[in-house]
Amino acid sequence: MINDIKKLQKLSAEARHAIVDSLICAGCGHPGGAFSSLDIMTVLFFNTLKIDPSNPKWDKRDRFILSKGHSSVALYSVMHLRGFFDRKTLLTFRQDNSILGGHPDMHKVPGVEMSTGSLGHGLSVGVGMALAAKLDKKRYRTFVLLGDGETQEGSIWEAAMSASHYKLDNLTAIVDRNRIQIDGFTEDVMSLEPYAAKWKAFGWAVKTIDGHDIHEIAATLKEIPFKERKPSLIIADTVKGKGISFMENNPEWHGKALKGDHAEIAKKEVCLKLKEHGKAINENRVRQVPGRARREK
Amino acid sequence: MAKQSMRIEYGKYLAGLGAKNKDIIVLEADLKESTQSMQFQNVYPERYIEVGIAEQNMVGIAAGLSLSGKIPIAHSFATFISMRACEQVRTTIAYTKMNVKFLVTHGGISTGTAGTTHHAIEDIAIMRAIPNMTVLVPGDVREMKQAVDAALAHKGPVYIRLGAGDAEDVYGEKDRFAIGRATLLRKGNDASIITTGTMAYEGVTASDILKSKYGLNVRVLQMASVKPLDVKAVLKAAIETGNIVTVEEHNILGGLGGAVCEVVAETAKAKVKRIGIQDCFSDIGSAACLMKEEGLTVENVVKSVRDLVRS
Repeated sequence: MINDIKKLQKLSAEARHAIVDSLICAGCGHPGGAFSSLDIMTVLFFNTLKIDPSNPKWDKRDRFILSKGHSSVALYSVMHLRGFFDRKTLLTFRQDNSILGGHPDMHKVPGVEMSTGSLGHGLSVGVGMALAAKLDKKRYRTFVLLGDGETQEGSIWEAAMSASHYKLDNLTAIVDRNRIQIDGFTEDVMSLEPYAAKWKAFGWAVKTIDGHDIHEIAATLKEIPFKERKPSLIIADTVKGKGISFMENNPEWHGKALKGDHAEIAKKEVCLKLKEHGKAINENRVRQVPGRARREK
Repeated sequence: MAKQSMRIEYGKYLAGLGAKNKDIIVLEADLKESTQSMQFQNVYPERYIEVGIAEQNMVGIAAGLSLSGKIPIAHSFATFISMRACEQVRTTIAYTKMNVKFLVTHGGISTGTAGTTHHAIEDIAIMRAIPNMTVLVPGDVREMKQAVDAALAHKGPVYIRLGAGDAEDVYGEKDRFAIGRATLLRKGNDASIITTGTMAYEGVTASDILKSKYGLNVRVLQMASVKPLDVKAVLKAAIETGNIVTVEEHNILGGLGGAVCEVVAETAKAKVKRIGIQDCFSDIGSAACLMKEEGLTVENVVKSVRDLVRS
């Protein structure tokens, strides 16, 4: 477990770099939501979750479900850095016969707890895991990362209702509140506000944080459960495409291939960030890996 | 032959299973009296989870429990599991091969005057089309108990469908249910009747009449395991008896009749007549009235077999 905030920030910069490499190799994928949720997942995997990459099925481990499965490349990058699989594997993302699909598969990727992709399913599964822990009097905790657009699904609110009904203070949901979904800004497509009030009304203890402030994310996750006998909800205000200038807050980059000039700029930006953290990177390294740019249309 | 309520007998049996298997967790979506899951709740309240009217959530919770080593049995009406929560069943349960059992009641049209919204005539087809899913439709209380046991012993998702009404006993002492195997209820080589669910009764009764009245020896195969289907038994029936009549409380599209036709069309020369709901929504009526309207009667099975044999 890493408590040094600077180290966590550096890991996040490394993961951002890894995402760019994976996306360039894949020639497709979902960049925007991966970058917005990355800092949260970095803190979870390096600071919060009790997990053991050498024993992914350790029965006392905390459980993490990436309900917004399309952000898989961020999960893979963080899991790779945490030691679940090597860089060579990471760079097979979305390639033929890879274990790393566009949406994570629990039977293929060690350490992935639940296969996700279709939105609105993850929170119910988390409720089931948290209920099982209570039934068995086990101390592991369950974390579910949701997309904000995803919470337009009715099943999310069914799950939210049941989590508070069963007083699941061992369950934490984090919403990547980047305010953008495929068709545009959430508040234009199907408004979510007043968002915190909705979760509170459903019986959750709610905190809103800056989803890119590593220190704040880590400190908030240390406070859970926010209230005894209540599930905890963290609304993480984030920026879609965070860290890549042309992607930031731009709905276009929900699921667009990173290639050409865009790839060059993204690469430069993540390398620059890494240098700021004292890590020199060969900017051309990505071209040396066996991956290939696919689906260039 | 004795008539018994499948649901009440199921509830009793489930409550009994609680002691034998501590991993069983029962889930219910506000229908505990209809599905009789309350009989389990009465004995094991700590292993009973009520989710309210929220089937999608129930299916997801079942997945989470299963990932923690439990054997969840989720209850509801056939329509709500197979359609309301269909995608959760497909993606969250079947794709991931979760060890979750669905016990659904009110399959078919036996809910009668409750109306079309509560009739499940598509569920077998939907569940059959989902990879990794096992689909069981037992015909009487003895077969139901054996099917539940088999489902619990099977690692992976299983859909067990019961009707709403009573079931006549058709299983003999020696009959044994097994997943993927048809049960031979009557021997014969003049034609075959393949049934599923409580239509087994119509099948055996029709066979008995065909023998006593018309001197025909008609084989009856009860196919409680609709998926996996006993392909060998179907092929044998096609080759040895030529004519097959299928009977099911379900749309003729995609259910037992569809499954039998798929096998026969690819491999054998035989005629198949499908008795079931003729791809239409049901009218208002009692179960008996609707069954008559849809031709799910002993008389129609007898007539269909005779027509096939004579043609």
